[in-house]
Amino acid sequence: MKYLTEFRDGEVASRMAKEIRQIVTRPWCIMEVCGGQTHSIIRNGIDQLLPEGVEMVHGPGCPVCVTPLEVIDRALAIAAQPEVILCSFGDMLRVPGTDKDLFQVKSAGADVRIVYSPLDAVKIAIKNPEKEVVFFGVGFETTAPPNAMALHIARQQGVRNFSMLVSHVLVPPAIEAIMQSESNRVQAFLAAGHVCSVMGYWQYPPIAEKYRVPIVVSGFEPLDIMEGLRRTLLQLERGEHRVDNAYERIVTFDGNRTAQQLLAEVFEVCDRPWRGIGVIPASGWRLNAAYHDFDAERRFAVTDIHAVESPLCHSGEVLRGALKPNQCPAFGKQCTPRHPLGATMVSSEGACAAYYNYGRYIAVEELTHA
Amino acid sequence: MCLAIPGRIEEIIEKDGVRMGHVNFDGILKEVCLAYVPEIAVGDYTIVHVGFALSRIDEESAQKTLATFRQTGLLEEELGAEEPAAKETL
Ligand code: SF4
Repeated sequence: MKYLTEFRDGEVASRMAKEIRQIVTRPWCIMEVCGGQTHSIIRNGIDQLLPEGVEMVHGPGCPVCVTPLEVIDRALAIAAQPEVILCSFGDMLRVPGTDKDLFQVKSAGADVRIVYSPLDAVKIAIKNPEKEVVFFGVGFETTAPPNAMALHIARQQGVRNFSMLVSHVLVPPAIEAIMQSESNRVQAFLAAGHVCSVMGYWQYPPIAEKYRVPIVVSGFEPLDIMEGLRRTLLQLERGEHRVDNAYERIVTFDGNRTAQQLLAEVFEVCDRPWRGIGVIPASGWRLNAAYHDFDAERRFAVTDIHAVESPLCHSGEVLRGALKPNQCPAFGKQCTPRHPLGATMVSSEGACAAYYNYGRYIAVEELTHA
Repeated sequence: MCLAIPGRIEEIIEKDGVRMGHVNFDGILKEVCLAYVPEIAVGDYTIVHVGFALSRIDEESAQKTLATFRQTGLLEEELGAEEPAAKETL
């Protein structure tokens, strides 16, 4: 409860918590898919405000965390080539590859640059015609439109020394994979508000119907999440399974059609391995045939990548919701944000980092007896 | 990477055929791509993700969201993520 004061509006939050307590008569298990929401839930102690028996399971919605080790190793190998400037968002730099990370490659002399927008990488390519500029393009549906635009502009302007290492992932197939898994405990989903600001939520009704699972589009602020949870629990208690939008001020059913159009022009759906989870069918985007020339994977034929995960790391189970971060034996011991063993400890959106940063050191025994 | 920050459109410009704009995030001015929000006008609020405006948002919720980000230090984390090399290209 000690985080309650940090709510922007503590009074509203406690009123909502009370309302939620009145709704709930049984235990429920709800997954927030998005890492931004995980961060907010743990930071504000929302999970601790919920009635006993209502459990939040943290989903695989942190792009930094689910980018396959093999793709990280590939980025490291490309960055190390002398003619290359590798551009990336800052949070990819400390993600551990098999035996180093981008920061280490950078200190060893490679030209690795943090950019704010993928368009900055295109500008760097125009300014450095003698160099090969590669943008490390990962992320969910929210990051894809910027990447698509960067590619579109590079192609239109004939920027030949620009390419992208693409590893995009998609939310709806991940939800389906979770529902199909035999050990699944999740009974409802909070869908990620910002993904839906781009994609809308027209993809969700068939999923809600097929798996009889409520899906509620929710925002990121504590009160947004509480409202999402309230609506989710109402449905669960009534035995409903609808798609509901609790983030109406930003999300529409259609989403951003202009963005969806360009996405379809640049990307095509592909099977994609998720770090710690494995291949999920039709769960990613890769460059389509018209953009093959901009595919860094084709431009830099990096072979002999043998990705090996740290044997101590349980991030796969964490990402599937099978294990809470503080149940991992390495948590806070061999593995900290300064020395992360797995990607879920690197990014502030990763479940392990969220637990570490906000002091969730509860021992496993305490947790199970709680 | 997943946060989207609200800001106010101060100016709309065209750069190499692309609709761009200057967006004010709590006093910090940034160049942002507006190609995905063709309907947006000066004075409107938008949520921006990695340098791209993705949708319109009303002023009140923009202010609320900014206040939370300010409180949690996330604003600096998201906006400050660049090195001098990248800054000069803006
Ligand atoms: S605490 Fe570290 S080692 Fe354990 S699952 Fe998380 S990232 Fe992996």
